Amino acid sequence: MPLYHTEDQAMLAETVTGFIADEGAIKTQLRRLRDSGDSAGYDPALWAQFAEMGLTGILVSEADGGLGLGHVEAGIVLREIGRNLTPSPFLSTAVVGATALGAASDDLKGRYLPGVIAGKQVLALAIDEGAKHRPERIGLRAERAGNGFRLTGAKQFVVHGATADALIVAARTAGSDSDDDGVTLFAVPRDAAGIGHNAVRLVDSAIASHVTFDGVDVDGGAVIGEVDGGRALLNQVLAAGRIGAAAELTGVGIGAFARTTDYLKTRKQFGKLIGEFQALQHRAAHLYAELEIADAAVIKAQQLLDGGSSQADLMVSVAKAKASRATNLAVREGVQMHGGVGMTDEFDIGLFMKRDRALAEFLGDASYHADRVATLSGY
Amino acid sequence: MSDLDTFRAEIRAWLDANCPAEMRKPVQDEDDVCWGGRNFVFKSEAQKVWLERCVAKGYTVPDWPQAYGGAGLTAPQAKIWREELARIGARPPLSSFGIWMLGPALLKFGTEDQKVHYLGHIARGEIRWCQGYSEPGSGSDLVSLQTFGEDRGDHWVVNGQKIWTSYADKADWIFCLVRTDKANKYQGISFLLFDMTTPGVTTKPIKLISGNSPFCETFFDNVVVPKHQIVGELNRGWDVAKYLLGHEREMISGAGGGERLNAIGAVVQRHGGIDNPVLRAELAQFDIDALAYAAMGEKFLDEAKVGRAHPAQPNMMKYAGTELNKRRHELLMAAGGSTALEWDSPATRGGAAARGWLRTKANSIEGGTSEVMLNVVAKRILDLPGA
Repeated sequence: MPLYHTEDQAMLAETVTGFIADEGAIKTQLRRLRDSGDSAGYDPALWAQFAEMGLTGILVSEADGGLGLGHVEAGIVLREIGRNLTPSPFLSTAVVGATALGAASDDLKGRYLPGVIAGKQVLALAIDEGAKHRPERIGLRAERAGNGFRLTGAKQFVVHGATADALIVAARTAGSDSDDDGVTLFAVPRDAAGIGHNAVRLVDSAIASHVTFDGVDVDGGAVIGEVDGGRALLNQVLAAGRIGAAAELTGVGIGAFARTTDYLKTRKQFGKLIGEFQALQHRAAHLYAELEIADAAVIKAQQLLDGGSSQADLMVSVAKAKASRATNLAVREGVQMHGGVGMTDEFDIGLFMKRDRALAEFLGDASYHADRVATLSGY
Repeated sequence: MSDLDTFRAEIRAWLDANCPAEMRKPVQDEDDVCWGGRNFVFKSEAQKVWLERCVAKGYTVPDWPQAYGGAGLTAPQAKIWREELARIGARPPLSSFGIWMLGPALLKFGTEDQKVHYLGHIARGEIRWCQGYSEPGSGSDLVSLQTFGEDRGDHWVVNGQKIWTSYADKADWIFCLVRTDKANKYQGISFLLFDMTTPGVTTKPIKLISGNSPFCETFFDNVVVPKHQIVGELNRGWDVAKYLLGHEREMISGAGGGERLNAIGAVVQRHGGIDNPVLRAELAQFDIDALAYAAMGEKFLDEAKVGRAHPAQPNMMKYAGTELNKRRHELLMAAGGSTALEWDSPATRGGAAARGWLRTKANSIEGGTSEVMLNVVAKRILDLPGA
């Protein structure tokens, strides 16, 4: 399969690019929400528009009422979200949540998927238990109780957790924290008895929760997939979230780069445009190369994932790490090349820097994925 | 099965039956490469057989038209051919500047007679070509070149000197930039082809820091070149030269496949192990960049085949690919420790690692320096002012 978009994918990209540029722009979404002190972290009206466009069900199978498309298509949406820094529950809901629920019972699907597809419900992933992403260790306990389970423990960095209708929770049902086996995924209602939310605003203005589970009872129907055998499904969910975050990162990088090259073409010092200075030209050209290469890694990983390739897992980590590094360079060079105005809140370039930092951390930073690439490669 | 699946099955079966086992191992060094040409000595019977079988099917240049010695494969078919070669680790049957550089230029600018004649020789590995571009005073500023061809009616008489001519001492013919109008800088250069055995052509190998001599100085003393051996129009050779440079940069970038795209961490682990966490981290960072660059190479070729790639993209690829390759060899030297320092011991195949490492330092100089590549990207892709 060639490494570029098919005609259908190119059409989707054209539609989505216009839609998100119009409706998801920095001024009308990110800045408006941030400056009004909103507590949801996204605009429900925009989420409903995503549903009208059919985007909320992009990864949901046609049998379950969705579009049944793949990670290439989801990535098209995420890239535009990234380019416009649009606050959206798309990644946590339509990518991560939908991938998890794809393996759920019909009953559980029925509880959430119609609402997700309709743009009325939101899902959040509760995986991290410390400040760094370490899904190999899962300590939150789920013990059998009556017909269901009782959850005890804590999660953090649960983006959209405080407003989500359900949390996708990775819990330990057997064994010790670092075991591969004994992991089970649950869909837990946000307001189940015993759940505590401490919602905090992050550097990029997203709202994430520290969630405590103090003997939270869920019925057996809340289990997604197999009891004790959830590791494979969790890996699948994480792969979807990681390649989604990588796609969004490439959008952030492209957006920051476009602002930076525009600035190089308009700002004058020493009587000439600063883009005439070779020192800046070479740094911009190097950055262009890095962003192009990251973009290629992302579409390669998306295609491998959609094709069910055994190489997909490795390439997803390559893509997440490469996109993190390239976009990080884009935002750092962006602020530096903007000079003093790059430090002001009025200019958008700083917003890109903040978003890059949060996305890079989400589901494993570049170091995490470099370590994973080494491990998966056998060293 | 789709047509492409059928094609893949056919290629797979053909390779099974026709690619000798010896040719399914990576090349050890440049000595192992099949370059073809009048004076080429095959290193093994397998190498000879592998070339002959591929020539018979047009597989040395799979996507060239059959009339010119190719197999006439479509872009998706050619990709399958490359994938199937990679799958069994098969070597390219033939490597040559004719295939990578002159061929594409002839396909675009050559006359029908030139295509049939020269492309056929290239496809069959009969003529080995070298490239006469750089001169002692014309490196990055190539267009200032001085080698002059004086018009004598039905032929030119060429005088001057080229430098960094790769394998000029082994090549049969040269494609050469010659000034044919001293008054016109860009539109005063012609693209000429001539036999290296023509009286007045001499070569002198240049010993490099690697101890090897892949490059030569090439001297022209009243060399007679018939008028029909020009590619493109008189004084418009710069157009051909630039087009060819795009392909040269693509070749040096390694985008087309081969070891330059591979990760190395697992290889280092198998040969001696990695007992230092910092080295492991550096290898992992490298592998990420290498695997991402491999995807870029694949994407670039896919896009180029359907005309979607930016025409200046090979400059970016050349920059990124050569800088990556230099890093690869720095890491391999570090991982190899003191063994990798040995210069001529049999155990290191004559210091192959060290010589290979030093050779890569030319990657970001030959065919346009990294700095020139960045200039071109800034100007032609980013449209930065005054670039």
